[in-house]
Amino acid sequence: MDVIQSYRLRLQRKRWRARAFRKRRELAPRTVRTGLIKPSDILCFVTLRDELVRLPYFLKYYRSMGVDHFLIVDNDSTDGSDQYLAQQPDVSLWHTTSSYRGARFGVDWLNWLQSRYGHNHWTLVVDPDEFLVFPYCETRDLRALTDWLDSASIKSFSAMLLDTYPREAVGARRYRPGQNPLEIAGWFDPGNYTISRNPLYGNLWIQGGPRARRFFADKPDQAPALNKIPLVKWHRRYTYVSSTHMLLPRGLNLVYDEWGGEKASGVLLHPKFLDSFDRKAAEELSRSEHYADGREYKAYVADGTENRSLWCRFSEHYSGWRQLDDLGLLSTGNWA
Amino acid sequence: MTVGFVMLAHTALDRAAQVARHWARNGSPVVIHLDRKVSDQAAARFRLGLQDEDRIVFCERRHCEWGSWSLVEAAQAASELMLERFPDIGHVMLVSGSCLPIRPAQDLCDFLENRPGTDFIESATTQDVPWTVDGLNMERFTLRFPFSWRRQRGLFDRWVSVQRRLGLRRRLPGGLVPHLGSQWWCLSRRTLSGILNDPRRKEYDQFFRKAWIPDESYFQSLARKHSRRIESRSLTLSKFDFQGRPHIFYDDHLSVLEASDCFVARKIWPRAHGLYSAFLTRPNFARGVDEFRPLQVTRKFTAARHRRTLGRTGLYMQSRFPHTHWENGITARDYSIFSGFADLFPGFHEWLERSAGVRAHGRLYAPDGAQFSGGAQMVDGALSASPTLRDHDPRAFLTNLVWSARNTRQTFDFTPADSQAIAPIVAADPGAQISVITGAWAIPLFLGGGGPSDIRHLAADLQRKEAAFVNTLREPWAKARIRIWSLADFVEAPIEHLQEVVDEMAAPHARRLREVPQMRDLDGFGSFLQGLRDTGMHPYLTGDFANTYQQTQFSELACRTVVDKF
Repeated sequence: MDVIQSYRLRLQRKRWRARAFRKRRELAPRTVRTGLIKPSDILCFVTLRDELVRLPYFLKYYRSMGVDHFLIVDNDSTDGSDQYLAQQPDVSLWHTTSSYRGARFGVDWLNWLQSRYGHNHWTLVVDPDEFLVFPYCETRDLRALTDWLDSASIKSFSAMLLDTYPREAVGARRYRPGQNPLEIAGWFDPGNYTISRNPLYGNLWIQGGPRARRFFADKPDQAPALNKIPLVKWHRRYTYVSSTHMLLPRGLNLVYDEWGGEKASGVLLHPKFLDSFDRKAAEELSRSEHYADGREYKAYVADGTENRSLWCRFSEHYSGWRQLDDLGLLSTGNWA
Repeated sequence: MTVGFVMLAHTALDRAAQVARHWARNGSPVVIHLDRKVSDQAAARFRLGLQDEDRIVFCERRHCEWGSWSLVEAAQAASELMLERFPDIGHVMLVSGSCLPIRPAQDLCDFLENRPGTDFIESATTQDVPWTVDGLNMERFTLRFPFSWRRQRGLFDRWVSVQRRLGLRRRLPGGLVPHLGSQWWCLSRRTLSGILNDPRRKEYDQFFRKAWIPDESYFQSLARKHSRRIESRSLTLSKFDFQGRPHIFYDDHLSVLEASDCFVARKIWPRAHGLYSAFLTRPNFARGVDEFRPLQVTRKFTAARHRRTLGRTGLYMQSRFPHTHWENGITARDYSIFSGFADLFPGFHEWLERSAGVRAHGRLYAPDGAQFSGGAQMVDGALSASPTLRDHDPRAFLTNLVWSARNTRQTFDFTPADSQAIAPIVAADPGAQISVITGAWAIPLFLGGGGPSDIRHLAADLQRKEAAFVNTLREPWAKARIRIWSLADFVEAPIEHLQEVVDEMAAPHARRLREVPQMRDLDGFGSFLQGLRDTGMHPYLTGDFANTYQQTQFSELACRTVVDKF
């Protein structure tokens, strides 16, 4: 990597920061409780739209994991998500009616909030349908992980997206608020992921899983990216480049070992395929507010309504982080 | 006689206070050195909280930095205070604020009384241990280190190399043999006062002040001078990771810590409520266990080091993606590739699964999709047979399959008609066993019944691809176990060749083949090849078949199915 390229990336980072700064005007504070944030708090940043049904379990999950404060951008929900969130004592809420797509799928908004409130904090950026698991998470909380990362001078932690789905047809069982979504969508693909290195940013590009094999079998290049780096000891100079797939400065993307060893990593369980998925798919298609014109949703709708189960004989049912470690989907690294 | 604790504390003061109080209440005095970095307010609160304990005293505070002389000074000052204020103690143990007693204090006293006059300090000469960081060994003592290794790494490294280049060296004080070891020691009163009251202490202090990480060498070297009896080991259980940082104990380590029978362990995570409440509430009864053996702890941390430095062979994932040649083996276990066998033996896969206990796939890289064993559309790992998904990353397709199905050996066919991108990868893989019968691609052409002029282009294409594959296998960097026969050579002694291949696959329980697969009738094959030659296409990879090749031998072979000679 030569000096010129380094410099270009530096300029690019500054451009993203300037853009985030500009986009801050799109955010209207609803109930902002950021005064409650203590210096060592772990912060969770979310942008969402119409996720009321998922929110109770989402908040419960991350509270028990040790998140101290949630900073949430509500992209014009109509289902009452905003009222629900405004009542939560550990949530700061911003509202926007601007385009999700125009804010680069929410990245600009969250980059701004992170640079404003996340500096020197461990920050977790997730969607309401993403659930972080990491080594020992049944006995150690997020604070144990971040303390260990601090002691090892590690600034970013990788957690790849693992799509989970029900055994029966998608939407056959109704998801009730507060329910663990994995009770319905608890199956995943254990070992069909492909990886390549992004030469410019240094991150890995991971594809595969049920969406690739089912919706993108004839165009695997377009299959969604599953690599994510959601947990970062934030500095106001940092920016996410594209979703939480990669960051600048690019040293933060080196969450993998290149000399044969394994670094510690987690997984974002992604029970996307609940009964709400159909509705979301239809809605997002008409709004065209999603990544690459929602080709994922198009592919899904084109797949037809019959035989909507993603399950196959080789699917695994989620039973805990140790199972993911055995399968090689996450690693304990040198954390023991 | 009892043991006194010198505690160096700088963070998690609540925990340090809790542990100090525990020791004091069990009869051991504690001298605490509190880092100057702790705010005055927090320090005052800390002292106030412990003022009711008359066996806890505080020594003067100073700034302590990792690896610096100030840590030795702190230990010296606290030890002096300990020896002066508590004349009844026989041993002094140096601990940190993140240490936790695992066994009752009485156990430790008994242990020390059973070994009178013994000093427990890990102390090894620099030449004999691999505990070097940054390639500094003896140079820890002979160079000067004015820059912080943690905060000014660039300057640190540059200054070291300048000194090396200029040959700058410091002289060791006469008679001093530098030793290294864990900074957590337990010394007898006699040895400790010998070190602190050494007539040449000023000279030694001057010397170690400028050495690198003196807290791992000052007491370790001087104990050698003053001790009558050294056991070179630390009574504190402390394990370091591959970067030399201490491993941390959490609540879920409770059982391995209990099983270790160690006296004191560090570092404990300050929020490990389970550990603190478990170990600090136990009654102070001697348990009658003498020695300690932290086997499980060691095993656990060794596994972590292994995981971090070597990783799991054949696994490619979000946090392990090695550069080429750094994989420690490309695939997770041995597998076999057969080229030409299925053309020669119609029931080859079924036979192979029966004889060798493997999963025998067809052509995994066939253009119209992977032919999994039993005609399945999917295989372990939810790996799809789709040709586009496979060709998106042919290497990952193979490594995923072998990883996900690593309980069973996998075999597959590879023909010149398949996608050839995988060839250099398998050739370089020490886990691959590749057996090739060259020219066997001519058999289906022969059986297909087309005239030589119809198939000569196809045959030429297959031959070209197979020749390229064979050349790849003969590259000097090829690491697979490779066998190549021409078709003519193979059919001379098919059973011996099959036996050889299967023997290597099933090495631990090698068996004689009880059954050989039915071989195709090659009657007329020689004439077929001659026909090809007559069109101008020379099938040289098949080897030499006579125009009317020994028909009798083939039909005989085809009938013979049981060859167990014994």
